[in-house]
Amino acid sequence: MTGLLGSRPGSGARRRGGSTAGRPYSGIPAWIIVLAAAGALFGLLPLAAMVARINWPQFIPLVSSEPSLAALGLSLRTAAASTALCVLLGVPLALVLARGRFPGQRLLRSFVLLPLVLPPVVGGIALLYTFGRQGLLGRSLEVAGIQIAFSTAAVVLAQTFVALPFLVVSLEGALRSAGSRYEAVAATLGARPTTVLRRVTLPLVLPGLASGVLLSFARCLGEFGATLTFAGSLQGVTRTLPLEIYLQRETDAAAAVALSLLLVAVAVIVVGLSYRRPGPAGPGSAGRAEPARS
Amino acid sequence: MRPGRQAAALVLAASLAAGLLGCSAAARGGGADRTLTVFAAASLKASFTRLAGEFELRNPGVKVRLSFAGSSELAAQITQGAPADVFASADTTNMAKLSDASLTEGAVQDFATNVLTIAVPASNPAAVSAFGDLARPGVKVVICASQVPCGAAARAVEKAAGAALKPVSEESSVADVLGKVISGEADAGLVYVTDVKAAGDKVRGIPFAEAGQAVNTYPIAALRGGRNKELAAAFMATVTGPDGAKIFSDAGFGAPVG
Repeated sequence: MTGLLGSRPGSGARRRGGSTAGRPYSGIPAWIIVLAAAGALFGLLPLAAMVARINWPQFIPLVSSEPSLAALGLSLRTAAASTALCVLLGVPLALVLARGRFPGQRLLRSFVLLPLVLPPVVGGIALLYTFGRQGLLGRSLEVAGIQIAFSTAAVVLAQTFVALPFLVVSLEGALRSAGSRYEAVAATLGARPTTVLRRVTLPLVLPGLASGVLLSFARCLGEFGATLTFAGSLQGVTRTLPLEIYLQRETDAAAAVALSLLLVAVAVIVVGLSYRRPGPAGPGSAGRAEPARS
Repeated sequence: MRPGRQAAALVLAASLAAGLLGCSAAARGGGADRTLTVFAAASLKASFTRLAGEFELRNPGVKVRLSFAGSSELAAQITQGAPADVFASADTTNMAKLSDASLTEGAVQDFATNVLTIAVPASNPAAVSAFGDLARPGVKVVICASQVPCGAAARAVEKAAGAALKPVSEESSVADVLGKVISGEADAGLVYVTDVKAAGDKVRGIPFAEAGQAVNTYPIAALRGGRNKELAAAFMATVTGPDGAKIFSDAGFGAPVG
């Protein structure tokens, strides 16, 4: 969540005000620093406590067991597929929300962002009533020979559902702060809307899009509640890493902790990548925009 | 920040702190502590809630606090120092974890048994009528993962029946299995007899002979860390006595073996 909020100013909000002369004002009161330190500690301490519990000699065998690797592989594959789906659906949504003007726009935004605040279990139940065998669309899908229940597709749907708002929020913020001046200029020069989008808008907001992509990927990796409720849990098919951790905890706490660290490591790498762009560079940062994926 | 707000924040913080202190003081309660904390397996929820009510009626001034969760979850909490007087487990394995670690006090007593049954949605879409039907291709069966007691039992009856199940999902709790059957996602699931009984007419139970190959025994024990040994003993006597037996058989549990 902090990454989500933090990514907005970095991706170009600063540009609007033009370049500030010298260093920006940063008179932070001391008591704010104390509270900030407490906040940082609150996040770091549990991680440290977990690392302290790791059984290091057993770590490699635990995380490289067959169920663990199956879960990790499934998590990476489904998160990649879900992120692609998020881009496909989320980029148009963000464009419509940021650039469009139509009645019910605020309402639409609230609904798109709803999964952010919804407990994932609720999302899973909602998906069940939509795509489940007895669900709104599920029945017709089943007639068409498509079965989503208990399939990897169900995992992808669950992850997309919870991760989509992350992409939309990041990108919409970037679009709004980038403004539409360049687009307007391109249009007056005769560029068609699709050309403007491809040649002007998207390159401009690429950093925002990249951080949105990484955040939604991270959210997909961590998805648990909706998957458990909607997709089930079967090794190699629907049992992603968080579900495997939850199950291992029943019998083998050491394995659960080891797998948790693995998930934390992957998440740290992903979130770290989304922060790699130096924030204070300010003007011009929008153009240099290699999405840090490798 | 305006002084008014700061004062309000202070008052709020102070009252919160006072509330917290008040809570812990009440929980400690000195010598006249008449609160009994019972950790019980999730499948015991209905029957233990009834039992605790009767126990409170018979012992005026006594309050029974119940905490329900998966047996392994509760065992883990107790190992980590959660304050409980009595632990009732849905299997002997998790109770053994505690007694091996000397966390129980006195005898471990078995008070009920439970067996698996086939649960199908009320409409029984896959026309399941026997255990063998679960192995039919196209029948979506959901069971518990072998890491949890109901999954171990499912694998045992599968072996006894000689039918190879290909479940579409292995859930981490029996409640999740039942949920998939109630919602109609699954054609059948292996759950406990008591779960089907508690679910009412939302699911149908189909008993099968091989279920007897995996009888789950429910043990209860007082805990070493408990603060109220006398009340704990009295509560355990109610659970293992005739009152308990009546409530458990109403809920579909079997009598303890031996």
